[in-house]
Amino acid sequence: MNLHGVRAIYMFEMARAWRTMFQSVVSPVISTSLYFVVFGSAIGSRINEVEGVSYGSFIVPGLIMLSLMTQSVSNASFGIYFPKFTGTIYEILSAPISYFEIVIGYVGAAATKSIFVGLIILATAGIFVPLNIAHPIWMFIFLILTSVTFSLFGFVIGIWADNFEKLQIIPLLVVTPLVFLGGSFYSVDMLPPLWQKITLLNPVMYLVSGFRWSFYEIADVSMLTSLFMISVFLGICILLVFKIFSTGYRVKT
Amino acid sequence: MPALIKVTNLSKTYEGGFTALKDINLEIMDGEILALLGPNGAGKTTLISIICGIVNPGEGSITVDGKSIIKDYRDTRRLIGLVPQELTTDAFETVWNTVSFSRGLFGRAPKPAHIEKILKDLSLWDKKDNRIMQLSGGMKRRVMIAKALSHEPRILFLDEPTAGVDVSLRKDMWQVVHRLRESGVTIILTTHYIEEAEEIADRVGVINKGQIVVVEQKKELMRKMGTKKMFLDLHQALDSVPQELASYDLELVEEGRQLVYTYDTRKDRTGITALLGELNRAGIKFKDLQTEQSSLEDIFVNLVKEQS
Repeated sequence: MNLHGVRAIYMFEMARAWRTMFQSVVSPVISTSLYFVVFGSAIGSRINEVEGVSYGSFIVPGLIMLSLMTQSVSNASFGIYFPKFTGTIYEILSAPISYFEIVIGYVGAAATKSIFVGLIILATAGIFVPLNIAHPIWMFIFLILTSVTFSLFGFVIGIWADNFEKLQIIPLLVVTPLVFLGGSFYSVDMLPPLWQKITLLNPVMYLVSGFRWSFYEIADVSMLTSLFMISVFLGICILLVFKIFSTGYRVKT
Repeated sequence: MPALIKVTNLSKTYEGGFTALKDINLEIMDGEILALLGPNGAGKTTLISIICGIVNPGEGSITVDGKSIIKDYRDTRRLIGLVPQELTTDAFETVWNTVSFSRGLFGRAPKPAHIEKILKDLSLWDKKDNRIMQLSGGMKRRVMIAKALSHEPRILFLDEPTAGVDVSLRKDMWQVVHRLRESGVTIILTTHYIEEAEEIADRVGVINKGQIVVVEQKKELMRKMGTKKMFLDLHQALDSVPQELASYDLELVEEGRQLVYTYDTRKDRTGITALLGELNRAGIKFKDLQTEQSSLEDIFVNLVKEQS
């Protein structure tokens, strides 16, 4: 295994985050604060507790998931798209490194960056609302699994995209709506019965639910169902990446 | 001497149906400098890209140091460094970081002393902390070479290394290539500049329309395919080449004031003595005489023209 190669890609991608450290830290802090002002104070003041948890605290896992998913997708898609766009991908393709190792480098860096952002949001949320993490290990497991899965998904988007518009279109039209409609800011029980059934088709709901369970032990579906669903999604993304590299789709002519 | 790179019956047709390479057979020897000449779209870059792993091969096989570029890609790619035609760099990275990244990517442990040596050899040492976007085009080209050399390859592919660089820098590049060869690196370069091939190559390959037209030692190619011209400045201008000299390959130029005789140096008899005798008999006097060997450029143009 080319460990030096994996490390080189990982560190190179991380260096981009360090270069924009201010932006990487300040941006999630500001957006989280705004969510708390809008949802926590303005709307939350009209909503009583949700299943025994104050609304402000209730939305924290959803907020973290929202950023985790969008950041994972954008970090990974940009990470692989940019070398394609600038042409520097020639170096990756001509290096003695397997596709598996390339994915570890890019996806590992994208997932690390989004976990870092997730933890910043968690810390920021702690300033506004009381937090209780009932199962910290499970919280980390969900954090890692979700960031890796969505980074893989972002990697697929980055390979598929052949212009900046395509790079944005899936996160904008698919990921963000799914996250917002996946129970990030509400409990599925709060929806009318028909919408509750429709929401069950949204894979993101299972991730948010599992993650929220690790905080407050309240969930829309069982934790094991959440774990199963995220594993299925992870498996699909791995298969897609494998398919891309075995055919050289949009990477090699 | 066994071939370091062996290309056997290689063909490549792209998805759109364009056939870039047709049944290429080529052997590249250890330690040599091979120049691949060819017009635009001849297939030079496709050939290099396949050997380096950037483009999928079609039919045929390629070995590097006796190993398959597909099955043993890790071993073969470790031996190869590539300087692509386009200046594709990470604009926001520093010179040091981007060269170090390349070394790691090719599976080599960090070795700052080696990176320092390369940067000094390529006159980049004082720019090591500069971002690539701050460098001139020529400096960026040197960075590309530094990246390709970072993992200490045995083989270096230079795809149009001096395209768009000024004459002074081009000569600097040639010196770099010579130094690399002296250190034992095998170099394959593609170029449009015939002068470049003439200056630095040991062997020359001409590729056109996806086919290798000829691969030959440069000197041998020039000897075999080169012609020589003799220029005779006449005392009096002629209207046409006299009938009695029709059997010679003669051309009348400079408004009839100069006769040009083209002859083959490989023949035992060049016909020069006989021609001079015929001129004397015909009463045609000349005041000066010069000869000129055809250049690699003439040979290249003729080869490509013949194939067309």
